[in-house]
Amino acid sequence: MSNGKADVVDVDAGTSASSLKTAQSAKKAKSLGKSLFNWAAGLAILFVLWWFGGYLIEINPDTTNFSDFGPIPTFKAFPELFAIGKIQAAVMTSGYRLGAGLLIAIVVGIPIGILLGRSTVFRELSNSPFQLIRMISPLSWEPIAVIVFATWNGAIVFLIAVAAVWPVVFATAAGLAKVDPAWFKVARNLGAKPWHMVTEIILPAIMFDILTGVRLALGVGWIVLVPAEFLGVTSGLGYSIADARETLSYDHLTAMVLTIGIMGYILDSSCAMLIKKYSWHHGR
Amino acid sequence: MERRNGVRIDIGDLTHRYSAKAPITFEQVNITAEPGESLVIIGRSGCGKSTLLHILAGLLEKTSGRVQLDGKDVTEPSSHWIMMFQAPHLFPWMTVEQNVGTGLRFARWPEAKMKKRVAEVINLVHLDEFAQNNTQDLSGGQQQRVALARSLVMEPDLLLLDEPFSALDAFTRATLQKDVRAISKQLGFNLVMVTHDIDEAVIMADRALVMAGSPGRIVHDFKVDLEDPRERQDPEVQAMRAKLMEIFHQAAGVPVDSSNEEGDDTSQQDVELVGN
Repeated sequence: MSNGKADVVDVDAGTSASSLKTAQSAKKAKSLGKSLFNWAAGLAILFVLWWFGGYLIEINPDTTNFSDFGPIPTFKAFPELFAIGKIQAAVMTSGYRLGAGLLIAIVVGIPIGILLGRSTVFRELSNSPFQLIRMISPLSWEPIAVIVFATWNGAIVFLIAVAAVWPVVFATAAGLAKVDPAWFKVARNLGAKPWHMVTEIILPAIMFDILTGVRLALGVGWIVLVPAEFLGVTSGLGYSIADARETLSYDHLTAMVLTIGIMGYILDSSCAMLIKKYSWHHGR
Repeated sequence: MERRNGVRIDIGDLTHRYSAKAPITFEQVNITAEPGESLVIIGRSGCGKSTLLHILAGLLEKTSGRVQLDGKDVTEPSSHWIMMFQAPHLFPWMTVEQNVGTGLRFARWPEAKMKKRVAEVINLVHLDEFAQNNTQDLSGGQQQRVALARSLVMEPDLLLLDEPFSALDAFTRATLQKDVRAISKQLGFNLVMVTHDIDEAVIMADRALVMAGSPGRIVHDFKVDLEDPRERQDPEVQAMRAKLMEIFHQAAGVPVDSSNEEGDDTSQQDVELVGN
C-alpha cells in the first residue's frame, strides 16, 4: 500500500532532482556556448588583423605587389590548390614523414624514458650525454643525415625523430618518478611478473605523461618538418612553400602556410583529446 | 567463494637487520599459529612489526631464522599469502572491478571465470553497486574494502594486514574490523595483523602478540578468548582490552593506570610470557 505522505515526498524529491538536472544541463550548455563563442571570436580577431595587415600592404605602393598575402587572395587560392591536388599531396607526404618520425621517437623514447625513471645507474650515466645531444639543434644534423641516409625522405624522418624523441623520453621519465612505489609492491604481492609491471602498472600509470610528451614531440616535429623540407625534396608542405616563393605565388604560399597551421592545430587538438581520454587524474 | 583451510605458520629464531651496518630490527622472534587462526601483533613504532609482516609476505628477505608456511620456506610473494597495506594503494586508472581482478589477470584466468569470481568477492565486501565506479570516486572506507576484495579474490590461505584501518574514521574502522574477521572465519584463512590499536587487537585477534624493545622481540603471547561477534561495549571485550592494555604498558615500560584493572576477569594463565 502506498503512503500518501511518502508519495508526496517522492514526487517532491523527483521534481527537485529533475529541476536540478535541467539547471545543470542549462549551465553546461551556457558554458559550452560561451567557450564556442570565444573560440570563434579569437579566430575572427586573427582574421581581422590579417585582413588589416593585407589592406595596409595593398594601399602602400611600395608593397602592393605583395597584396596576395592578404586573406581574400589566400582563400581564393584554396579551391584552386585543392582542384590540382597540391594541398592533399603535400599534406599526405608531410604527414607520412611526421608520422614516421614521431613513431620512431615514441618507440625509442618510451623504453629509454622508463629506463631513465627506473634505473639510477642509467640515469646518472646518461644524464650528461643526453643533455649535450638534446641541446644540438635538430636541423644541424641535416648535413650528416643527408650523407648517412640514401634518400632525402629518410633524412627528414631522422631529423623529426631526433627532435621529437627528447620530449617523449623526459616526459616518460618524469611520469615514472611520480608513480607510487607502493603500486609495484602491491602488484608484486598479487603475482605480477616483470612484463606485467610494464603493461599493467607503468604504462597505464604514466599514459598521461607519455601523451603529454607526444604532444610536445608533435609540436617540435611539426616545427622541424617544414624547414627540413625546404631543401632537397620536391614534395611536402615545406617544399610547397619554397616553390610558391620561387614562383612569386604569394596567395599559394599563404594558403600553404595556413594549411600548416590548420593541420598542426588539428593534430595538437587530437593529442589534447587523447590526453583527456587517458588521464586518470581527478579533476581531468 | 571456496572455503580455505588456512596455513600452519612457523616462525623460528627470526632475526632481521636492513644492512650489515644497520641496527638489528628484531631478533629471536618465534611464532607459531594453527590453520585459520588470527594473530594480531601490537607494539610501539620502530619495534619491527611491519618488517616482520613484510618478511612473512615474502616482500623482504630475512637475515636469519626460519619462516615457514605449511612447512615450506617463504622466500617470495605468492598468491597464497597476500598483504594489505596501511593505504589501499588502488590503481586509480581502473574501476573497482578491474582493481579487484588484478591478481587474476596476472594469473591469466579465463575472462568468464574471472568475472564470476570478481563479482562474488565484490558482493562479499558489499560494493556491488560501485563495481563499475572509478576507485577515486570512493570514500576511504570503500577504497579499503576494494583493497580487501583485491586480496580476497586470490583466495589466500593467509591475509597479512599492515595497519589497514588506521587512516579510517572510527565508525568505518569498527565496521571493517568486524567484517574482515567475519570473512576470515567464514572462509577459514589465517589473519596476521599489525596494529597500534589495542581495541582493534581485541576485536580481531584469536591471539595478540605484544612486541617491544629495540631490537624488537615478542614479549607476550595473549589469548583473546572471546565469542564472535565482538562488540566494543561488551563487558568481556572491555575486560580483555584492559588486560591487554596492562600487558602492553608493562612491555613498553609505561606505568599502569589502576582504572584499567577494574572489572578485569582475564585469568593470568591466558597470558604467556615469551622470550625474556
